Formats: sequence, structure tokens, C-alpha cells
Amino acid sequence: MGKTITRREFIKTSMAGAGLAIAVSLTPCGCRLLSAGEAEREAKAFSPNVWLKIGSDNIVSVIVNKSEMGQGVFTALPMIVADELDADWKQIHAEFAPAADKYKDPAWGRQSTGGSSSVSHMYEPLRKAGASARQMLLAAAAKTWGVPVSECNAKKGTVLHEKTERTLTYGELTVKAAGLAVPQNPPLKDKDLFTYIGTPLPRLDIDAKVNGVARFGIDTQVPGMLYAAIARPHAYGSKAVAFNQDAAMKIKGVRNVVALQTGIAVCAETPDAAWEGTAALKAKWDKGAEPGLDTESLRKRFLADLDREGLSARNDGDAKAALARAAKKVEAVYALPYLSHTTMEPMNCTVRIGPDACELWVPTQNQTGVLALAQKETGLKPGQIRVNTTYLGGGYGRRFETDSVEEALKIAKAVKKPVKLIWKREEDMQHDFYRPANCSQVEGGLDEKGRLVAWAHTIVCPSIFARAFPDRVKDGIDPAAVEGLKNLEYEVPNISVRYVRIDTPVPVGFWRSVGSSHNGFTVESFADEMAHAAGKDPLEFRVNLLKNHPRPRRVLEVAAEKAGWSRPLSGGAEGKGIAQVFSFGTYVAQVAEVSVDREDGIIRVHRVVCAVDCGDVVNPAIITAQMEGGILMGLSAAMKEAIAFKDGGVATSNFDTYPLLRISEAPKIEVHILESGEKLGGIGEPGLPPIAPAVANAVFNAAGIRLRMLPMTPTTVSEAMKKA
Amino acid sequence: MIHLEINGTRHMVDVSPEVPLLWVIREHLKLTGTKYGCGIGLCGSCTVHIDGEARRSCQVPVGDAEGKKIVTIEGIPESHPVKKAWVREQVPQCGYCQSGQIMQAIALLSEDANPSEKKIIDTMEGNLCRCGTYLSIKRAVRSAAKEG
Repeated sequence: MGKTITRREFIKTSMAGAGLAIAVSLTPCGCRLLSAGEAEREAKAFSPNVWLKIGSDNIVSVIVNKSEMGQGVFTALPMIVADELDADWKQIHAEFAPAADKYKDPAWGRQSTGGSSSVSHMYEPLRKAGASARQMLLAAAAKTWGVPVSECNAKKGTVLHEKTERTLTYGELTVKAAGLAVPQNPPLKDKDLFTYIGTPLPRLDIDAKVNGVARFGIDTQVPGMLYAAIARPHAYGSKAVAFNQDAAMKIKGVRNVVALQTGIAVCAETPDAAWEGTAALKAKWDKGAEPGLDTESLRKRFLADLDREGLSARNDGDAKAALARAAKKVEAVYALPYLSHTTMEPMNCTVRIGPDACELWVPTQNQTGVLALAQKETGLKPGQIRVNTTYLGGGYGRRFETDSVEEALKIAKAVKKPVKLIWKREEDMQHDFYRPANCSQVEGGLDEKGRLVAWAHTIVCPSIFARAFPDRVKDGIDPAAVEGLKNLEYEVPNISVRYVRIDTPVPVGFWRSVGSSHNGFTVESFADEMAHAAGKDPLEFRVNLLKNHPRPRRVLEVAAEKAGWSRPLSGGAEGKGIAQVFSFGTYVAQVAEVSVDREDGIIRVHRVVCAVDCGDVVNPAIITAQMEGGILMGLSAAMKEAIAFKDGGVATSNFDTYPLLRISEAPKIEVHILESGEKLGGIGEPGLPPIAPAVANAVFNAAGIRLRMLPMTPTTVSEAMKKA
Repeated sequence: MIHLEINGTRHMVDVSPEVPLLWVIREHLKLTGTKYGCGIGLCGSCTVHIDGEARRSCQVPVGDAEGKKIVTIEGIPESHPVKKAWVREQVPQCGYCQSGQIMQAIALLSEDANPSEKKIIDTMEGNLCRCGTYLSIKRAVRSAAKEG
């Protein structure tokens, strides 16, 4: 499980193929089972489609086309197949899919993992895959026994003929089943007949991860490989003016020096020699594109751009007029910093290029992107390139980017040897595609009865999509920048949302929960401000704005009820706050209980109660873990994280300057899953957005200070306390 | 040549004594369960035992580890109460930091079989987890102490 496939095995499996290969593609009318017709018949394995393979040893291999980065797809996706197949969970084995057209996410037309969409996109295709295989196995058994299929039943990996008490395991039926036609529209189970879906099955990757044998990208070992390290400039757009190649080559073990667009690579027999080599280069760099760029200059640019008119992303009613006649108006500016992904496994990639084959081992969220890059760099055809997806030591969107893959390919091509490129933590932190910094100006208006009648929102934010998916930028609006604003569900008659795109040299990318990671904070903090301005309870105020929106209303009510919203606080907490954010198809509400130390400005979060409605539930244990993880990562960002800039580049470099949440700061968390039976939503990201506003609202409740800038560090709190 | 004893096996490595033990374990000896996370001793991913004590292998020059007993995650049997507790509590998400977390927890429990909540937190404070498995880690340490 999860081990890297050797080249020999690769050739063996790809040549041998499978009994009959069927791809499942999603059309506007639903799923369609297609004959892939590219694989040759294999005598003993039964592979009715590309997603599963049953061996004569009775092992069911589920091919997972999504990257396992902690969110549990390596378990959840096999559960879906196993359920419709009526397999025994003990016979299920998960395998990472190589990069290939047939493994593309049918909803996206690409093989990548993101947007908390793995389960919702793969749910129907994998159910169909399991169900069609089950039908074929039943038919094969019936044929073997010469009985009608209707008299046969499948259970736990075995077909039974009750009348004659005969049984055959799936493994015993593979040869016969492989010869049968693939049912195009196998009936799917009724939800109440599920055996695995909806249960907290243990994860398939735990044993390997507990025993240190799970292979991450950085663990790859290829015979004869060199280690590559890169000396990089500090400033954006900076190029090398001079470097001492000879000094690097004199280091024992150093074999090559390769100049790249992004820096100067040194290849050596050991990683220590490679790093010694990069230091020996003593590279001198020019000042770069914008040498004056620093934290303060960026802050000023963002705030100044609030005066620009920007583009209209939403315009309901007439917010301007409604504000003009409002009985009460509130105006506020919110600002959030650039954030680093800081996956615990730094960026890395291992590449081997031969004359007619290329193989990569990479912890990637973007197999389609990796394959395209490898084609471009090597000139080889897709069939000659093998992309081995390893386990990912964290992803959070960072591993959608293929920058380190491109570097590794270029280096391997230059040195004509297998190469493992490892980024140091400092490179990883200073050369990220950051969660965009942004600021918002929000104006809200209440009528004489304290009802919210106007919301005018201007956001200044860099565009992620302009670089990543330019065709998804419609009318100049970056969909991530206005996520949660354009689709704000609060029933406010007059809403205007304006987007001001700001371009800086700082690259931005997808960071867990993307635009909702910042807009959730702004919207839910401001909703709280409006509730207080109206003299209403923050929960009641929100519920009243959701009369026609039962799902967000319900998560708010459940979180509040479970947290004892109307009861006095206990256990040393001094204030409570509530927030709800819809993101990636899922509604999440959280109540946070905090205390604020007036002396040192330290906020302590005591307890978080979370209610989540992600529609159908595949694995509740994984949902709970993802909610906990989202809350803690969101809390880390809310309390501690900000990238600092200096002299044209990133000043922050490691955990000394970019502290992450530690175990002592983790509050108690309770997760309540609402099984609404609605459309499947995501779970990897939606747990994150509500925590920052829930905490900020709780701080207001505890100490009367409104924190509109993140992170909420002790210094910010102390300054706000002084002003209050 | 540096002589090392890791998980009861003796190794000879041709490496200069100032190279961090972490890289020798991972890349010279291919015991990749021990992870690189920061290189400055602030994340705990590289935690191993040296003569029974939890140490950040990125901060130990390999020369200083000569003559000492080194244990890595691969040297801890699957049946160890801490590993079993980690499985029972389904602790790992991405899993990258977990070797270090487990090695730290084992060191804690071998020193104090029934640690207080405060002791657990104080001892595990140096081990970062970006996925946010801290609550499961606490549960697993308590569970290992109980079952251990």
C-alpha cells in the first residue's frame, strides 16, 4: 500500500493490463460506462473498470485517483467502491493511480485534488464501478452453477446460492467475470442498505504512517540518484550577478552546477554536500523587481486601493440609497495578511529521465499538471511518462503548484542522472504561492427596527485565478476573491460587492478554504458588528437573516444549542462568539469560548463547538478529524500567522519567524454532524473559515475590543485594549 | 568513518562528523521514517531516541552520536503500546510529523508512566502538526498510558 512502484512492476502492470477495462465518464446526463479497449486480457485478474481490480488472491485493489494528504480519500473512496461491490472491507487494498487520461476526475476533466471535491466528484462513478463489478460477479457465479442470477446473492466478497448452500469468493470468479459484458446502468443501492458508507471505518493509511513506512515524496530513493539543492535570490525578480562555480565543484561529492531561472542548482552525491555546495557558490544577486517592497509598503498599497472603484461582483437592490436612508450605519475596514501553506513536508520532487522514458515521484495534488510539464521538458509522449504520486506530507493547495517539479525536470535533464530535489524549510516558506493578503471596507445599514437593510462591500485582493485558471475569471472578477460575498446567503435586500484587483510581485495560490479563509472572517465579524449595533443577540440576528435558508440556520442553531449559547460560561472562559460559513458545498457553524489576558494580551481559546452539514456522510470519523484539523489550522492562522516582507522579498523564513499553533494552544473541540441527506459537500476545507470570526467575536464579547486585523497577536490585543 | 548503532544494527558511514544525524539516518542509511521539517529544532519531525532520550536529530552532529544507542521509528515494534494507541485513536492525517510525535510520546511515557495533562502538553509542545491532530495525540498518549 502506497509503496512506490518499481519500474519493472510498472512495465509489468501496464503491459499486462486487465481483463476488460472500462472507464467511467460523467456526462450531463449522468455516468456512462465506456470500454477503454486499451488493455490486453490478463488471465487471472478481473478489472471491470479502471477503478478496481480483483485478483485471484481475492484482493480487491481500488485505484485512487485523488491525492492523500491527510484528508482521508485513500479510505473514503475505497469505501464507496467496497459498499456497492459488497466486498469484505478486509480484502480492500488502495493504490495510487498513475497520471493518465483514464484517471481524470470526470467532473473536472483533469486529474487533480482540491476544492474539497474528491468524494462528491467520485461518488457516482465509484458507486457505478462497484455496482457493475458486483453484477458481473453474480452473473459469473450463476453461470458456473447453472442457476438463475436472481437466486444468487453477494455478501462480504462472496457470492452465495442459498438453495444449494454453495459459495464462491470473488477471487474464484475473476476469470469467468472478465469474459462478461459490462452492465451500463447497474442499479445502485438504496441508502439504507449501505454497509460501509456512513460508518467510521478505520483509515487504510494509518498503519503505514504509524510505523514510519508510508512513503512521502521526500523519502524516494532511486539507485544512482543525485541530490539537488538550489541557491535562490531573496528578492522577487532578482537574477544572479555572480557565483563561484569552482568553489562549489571543489566540495567533496558535488557533481554539477546548473543555472536555472529560479536560482542556481547544485547536484551532489549526498544532500549535505549539495547544501554545502550552494553555500560555496556565494551567489550575488541583483536587487530585483521592487527592492523597496516590504510589509508596510504592501499594507499601504492594499489600503490605498480601497479608494479605487473596482468591478461590481454583485448588486442586489440599491445599497447606496439604502445606506443613505438607514437609521443606523456601521463602517469598518478589515485586513488579513499573506499566509504560507507550510506543509510539514517541504517541496520536493524526484525525477529519472531516460532516452524513451521518464519517471517522477512526487507528492502532488496535480497529476495532470505534472504530466504536461514532463511532456514539455522531455519531449516524450504521455505513455512514456510515469507519474508516481506518493503520500503528501500536507497539501492545503500548495501541492497544486508544479514549480518544484519543473525545477527537478530541468536539473535531471541537464545532469543526465536521476535527481532528488529537496527544498529547505526556508526556501519553502520564502518561495510559496501565498494565501492572498486582502482588505475590505464594509458598510452596513439598519432600519429603525434594527433590521439589516444594506451591505456594501469592497474587497481589495490579488487574483489567484488570473494565473491558475484565467478562463474562470469572468468580467474581471476573481471567483476566489469574492467567494462567500457573491453568494452571501443573509437575506439583506440591498447588497453590493465590488472587487478591486491588486497586482503585487508576491505570487498567490490556493490555500486551504481559499477565498473563504478571509471572507469568512470579514463577513462573520461584520455580521457580529451589525448585531451589536442593532442591540440583538448575534445568534438571533443571524437566524433572522436566514428565514429562507434552512441549512445555515440549522448549523447555527445546533452549534448554539450544543454549546449552551444561552447559558452562562464556565471553566474560566469570559466570552463566546459564533460564526457560520458556507464553503465547498458544506455549511459549518462554530461557537468559540475564550478568555483574554488584559496584562499580556494573550487570547486563550477554551472550547470550540462545531456543527457541520455536508449532506450525505461517507465516513463520520474522517469528517470529525477534518473539522478538528480545519479548526486548528484556522486558529493557527487567526492567532499567529503572517508573512513579513523586506528588501523586495520574503523576510519570514522558518518556524522561528512563522510560528504555528502548538499543542498547548489547541482548545477542546466538539463536532456535531448533521446528516441532512442533502447533496454531498466537501469536508477538507469547510471546517476552517468559521473559527477566526468565532474567536474574534468571542474576544469582543469578553473584552469589548473588535479585532479587524489578523493575526490576533498579543501585541494587537494589547494595543486594542489601550485604545478601548 | 563514523560508527553508528541504530535500532541495534551497526553501521559505518563515510561522512564528515558535523553533518546532522538526520540526513545520515535518512539519506545515507535510507531509514526514511525520520522526517525533515525545519532543520532548526523547532518542529520535532526528526525526533529519535539517543540513549533513551528524545532528541532532534537535525540538531545532533553525527559525530556526537558515535558510541550511542540510536532508535528511530523503524526500531519501535508495531506492538508497542504507543504505536497501538496511535492506531486505536486514528491519529495521523497526512502523517508526516507522526514519527516524531510517536518518538516523543514514547520518551515521555518511559520517563513517566502516568503523566498529567500538563506534563503531556509540556512534553509534546515541541512537536508541530500542521494538520491539527493535537487532540488525537493527547487522547493517544493518555490511552497508551492507560493500556501500556
